[in-house]
This record gives sequence, C-alpha cells and structure tokens, in this order.
Amino acid sequence: MLSVVRNFRAVRLAAALVAALAVTACANKNPADDSLASAGAATPGSQQDFVVNVGDRVFFESDSSEITAQGRATLDKQAQWLQSYSSYAFTVEGHADERGTREYNIALGARRAQAVRDYLAARGVQASRMRTVSYGKERPVAVCNDISCWSQNRRSVTVLGATS
Amino acid sequence: MSDDRMKSSGWMTRRAVLLGAGATAGAYAGLNLRPAGAVVSIDVTQGNVQPVPIALPDFVGGGGGDSEVARNVTQVIAANLKRSGLFAPIDPQAYIEKVSNIDALPRFPDWRAINAQALVTGRMTRQTDGRLKTEFRLWDVFAANQLTGQQYFTVPDNWRRIAHIISDAIYERLTGEKGYFDSRVVFVDESGPKERRVKRLTIMDQDGANVRYLTRGDDLVLTPRFSPSTQEITYMSFGRGEPRVFLLNIETGQREVVGNFPGMTFSPRFSPDGQRVIMSLQQGANSNIYVMDLRSKATSRLTDGASIDTAPSYSPDGQRVCFESDRGGRPQIYVVSASGGPAQRISFGEGSYSTPVWSPRGDNIAFTKQGGGQFSIGIMKPDGSGERILTAGYHNEGPTFAPNGRVLMFFRDPGGSGGPTLHTIDITGRNEQRVPTPGFASDPAWSPLLT
Repeated sequence: MLSVVRNFRAVRLAAALVAALAVTACANKNPADDSLASAGAATPGSQQDFVVNVGDRVFFESDSSEITAQGRATLDKQAQWLQSYSSYAFTVEGHADERGTREYNIALGARRAQAVRDYLAARGVQASRMRTVSYGKERPVAVCNDISCWSQNRRSVTVLGATS
Repeated sequence: MSDDRMKSSGWMTRRAVLLGAGATAGAYAGLNLRPAGAVVSIDVTQGNVQPVPIALPDFVGGGGGDSEVARNVTQVIAANLKRSGLFAPIDPQAYIEKVSNIDALPRFPDWRAINAQALVTGRMTRQTDGRLKTEFRLWDVFAANQLTGQQYFTVPDNWRRIAHIISDAIYERLTGEKGYFDSRVVFVDESGPKERRVKRLTIMDQDGANVRYLTRGDDLVLTPRFSPSTQEITYMSFGRGEPRVFLLNIETGQREVVGNFPGMTFSPRFSPDGQRVIMSLQQGANSNIYVMDLRSKATSRLTDGASIDTAPSYSPDGQRVCFESDRGGRPQIYVVSASGGPAQRISFGEGSYSTPVWSPRGDNIAFTKQGGGQFSIGIMKPDGSGERILTAGYHNEGPTFAPNGRVLMFFRDPGGSGGPTLHTIDITGRNEQRVPTPGFASDPAWSPLLT
C-alpha cells in the first residue's frame, strides 16, 4: 500500500518535472492526488488507473492552445483508454497560468479544453461523452513565482465523471 | 444638491433617510458674506499638485452620542480629502480658534496663522423626530469668505453617507470637478489557499467601510460590475453546470442568469443606460462579444471571428465599445461602433493590452499592459494616443475608474502563496494608495456616485 502511494507520486512528479524543465520542487500537491493515491491500487478501468497509467493532463506552452508532441502521446493513450472503458462520461478542464488577465485566461482555458476535446474526438471518442469547462487562472495546482509552477498550471485535465 | 438628486440616490434613500438638503449660503442673518472672489482653488489637471492645507475642526455636536458622531463625521471627511492627495488636513492640535458656534464668522487671522487655506466648520443637531441635521460651511481663509454651505437631514445611522456627501461638496467647490467619495466598490473577497480559493462578492464604501458580503463563497465568482443605478451588479459565476453571467440585485438578493446562451458567458458589463449587458460568449475555441437587451431579452452579436474577443466596455455615451482581442496575435485593444462594423485597433506599444475600461468622462481608456515580465496599469486616449503607464510591477490588473474619472482602482498580486490587494492611483500617476479590505481582494468595480 505504501509503496503504491510512493510509486504513484513518483510517476506524477516525474511527469511534472519533464513538463517543467526547470527543476524546482513546488511545494504544492494537488489534494485530489492524495485522496486518489490513498484510495488503493489502480484497478484496470478505474479512475486511478486512468490517472496513474494513462495520465489525466496535458501541458501547454505559454499563451498557446496547441497540443505538444508530448500532449499528443498522452491524449492518444487517453483516447484508447476512454474507448476501452466507454461507460465513462468526462469533463475536459482547461486551465491557464497566472501570467495573464482574468478574462483572457478564461477564454484561453476554454480554447485549450476545446483543443483537447477536438483531438479526442478525432481519435474516435464520442463527442456526446465529453463536456468542457474553463477555470482560467482560478485553480492552479502549483504555486510559486516562476516558470516551474506556471508550466504545470497551463494544462488540461480530463476528469472522469459518472459511469453510465 | 437638488432634491431630485437626493430622491434618486438609491438604496439608502429608499428608506427615506436623506430627506432634504438645501443651500444655506447667506441664509444666516448677520453674516453678510462676500460672494465669489475665491482665493483657494485647485487645478486638478496639473500632474504635480501641492495639497491644499485645510482645517477641519470637529463638527459641533449636541449632547452625548451626537458629539461623537459629529467627531466621526469630521474624521471621515478629513480622511477622504487626505486620501485624494489634493488636500493636506492640518493637525487639529495646531488650531488656535476653538469653533463652538458655526453661525459666527471664524477668526480668520487665527486660521491664517497656521497656514490653513480652507476651513470647514459644521454642526450636527438632533431633531425632535430623531433625525440629525448636519450643517457645514466651507471658508476661504485668505479671502475671508464662505465658499459654500449646505444642510442635510438624516437618521443617525447614515452619518457616513453625510460625511461622504460633504466631502464631495468640498472637493467640487475647490477643484471645480465632481467628487467621488459618495460611492461604493464591489469586489471579490478571497480567502483560503491559492489552489482552492474561496471567492465572495463583496461590497463596501469607497473608503473601505461598511463591508457587506453578497455571496457565501460556495460558487466561484469573478468580475462583478455595477449597473448605473448601483442597485444591481453583473458578474460571472461557476455554479452547477456551465459558468455564466448573472445579475444580482444587491438590495433584494435576487439573482438571475443573463440570457440563454449555448455556452459559457463571461466578462460582463452594463451599458451606460443600464438596459443592456455586454459580455463574451464562448463558441468552440473562440470568444465573441454579444449584447443582451435586459427588457426584450433580444441578443445581438458584436464581434465574430477566430479569436478571443473579451473585456468589452462601453463609452459613456453608449456609442462605442472598447474590448480586447488576440485577432492580431497577442491581445490588443480595439474600438468598435456599438452598432457593429469593423473594429479599429488602438494599442500599438510593446507587449499586450487587456481589460480596457472607458472612463466615465469619456476622455481615457484604462488598461492592463503585459510585457517584459511585468503587469502595468495605464491609460490612453480613445484614439490610442497619449499612452501613459501609471504603475508597473509583478502583477497589476483590472483598472476601474472613480465616478469622476480622476482616480483608478485596481488589484495587485504579489504571486506565490500571497494574495491580491486593492489600490488606487490618480490618472496623473501620482498618489498611489492601498485600499483597506478585510482579506485578499481582487476585481474591483467602482460604482457611480450614489446621489
């Protein structure tokens, strides 16, 4: 159990660092991660399975909604998983870093969510299962004053909802 | 101040608290005041204003609690005038004359001796019906004459309104411009860690007094804006389902969604006549600007393109709209006729420009400018000329004009795990001041004058 938790964190931290390039340990962990991690091992088809083994988020360049090569790799895995477990409805959240104004970031987050939605739809995921929402800069996961945090906050997160 | 203006003064006068005001200059027998010929005046158009030394002895009060109210009124007036940067209230300890009867001429030499250029005297008298009568006189010390005098009747609870109204009368008489003290600010109160900020719509007087929370913090709320009547605000809220633009009546608490749009709506503002709300509608990857008529519920589209068009703000005559768009790459400010047509780009400096807001005087557009790792607050003319940066730093955002267009309020965020605070700055770029709030605060919007 403990080792599962640790591995889970390690995977997530590694992903974050790759995306961030600059290595600064951002003090903040997403509280949702902890609850997920402590919930137990990743049963195939479970939410943990999706988060741990597929990856629920992709990162964006500053002021961009273009999906990066790394983002495409993640979304390809997401599309495959979502088609295997087709009873899930889900929400694509779009987020922006804090280095923009509030209104613009709401629109930018929406644009990122839309880009992910379009990508997943092009990979065969049914559009009717997806909804999008933008949180702009309102829900950062990493809090500091440099790019190591901003690059983690420029993200989309695919959040699984109720199974139908 | 006319009776008409008092009647239309909104939520407090609904309770019939300000029942009358009348000019009293010259109405006191035996004073034989000289008209006009003022020596003291302030030219607010100058960037470098020498604050006018002004004396504000405590208003003469009746017995008991009334004299405390009188003292509080005086202090609020002095604080308002001082914060404007245009006045320098003189330390009361320096006063030579102790004013006990405001119907007698002040001993002007005593006030000249401490270099007061203006003097305000006042009196609060309890009426038989329980209301307070407040009288004040503004004196030109060197010309030795009365510049203005007014009296007001109100229930004692409204003493702050009276102080603000008197502050505005003094400001207007000495600067020749309308004041802004009898006004409110709606903003977003922030609490909790940054990843899970709780945000509440909050309203307060422009000086930070009388804080009242309008929402409980269950839903994320952003960008509140006043209607011209000051009775309603429009804002964005993340409730259950799609985030939307809402209207909230601040008196009744009644809340409703603006329009029935097929997607997220955000960044709302009222038209100057209060009849329409202009906002962004998310359509796929793009945001376009729409207007909804609040009576007919008819909607019309103002912009349409493969871009983010947002932060619309009407000119005070309602004829034009400024907004930000990234249609040219980075966000820039554009101006378009309120009836549609091609938009004109007006911002051309280095960096990007966001959150344009039109001055109530029509002569300036304030904005947030992003560049070189900094977020600045600036102003430019509506044709894009005359750009000036007023304050710069790590993160300054979201300017809103005082009702007279002379002062901007905005929020400043230190980043990290800290939180935003509210600040004001004159459009001259001088007199930056922190605005007191109970907690972190962002997205301020200044109301029009309440009276």
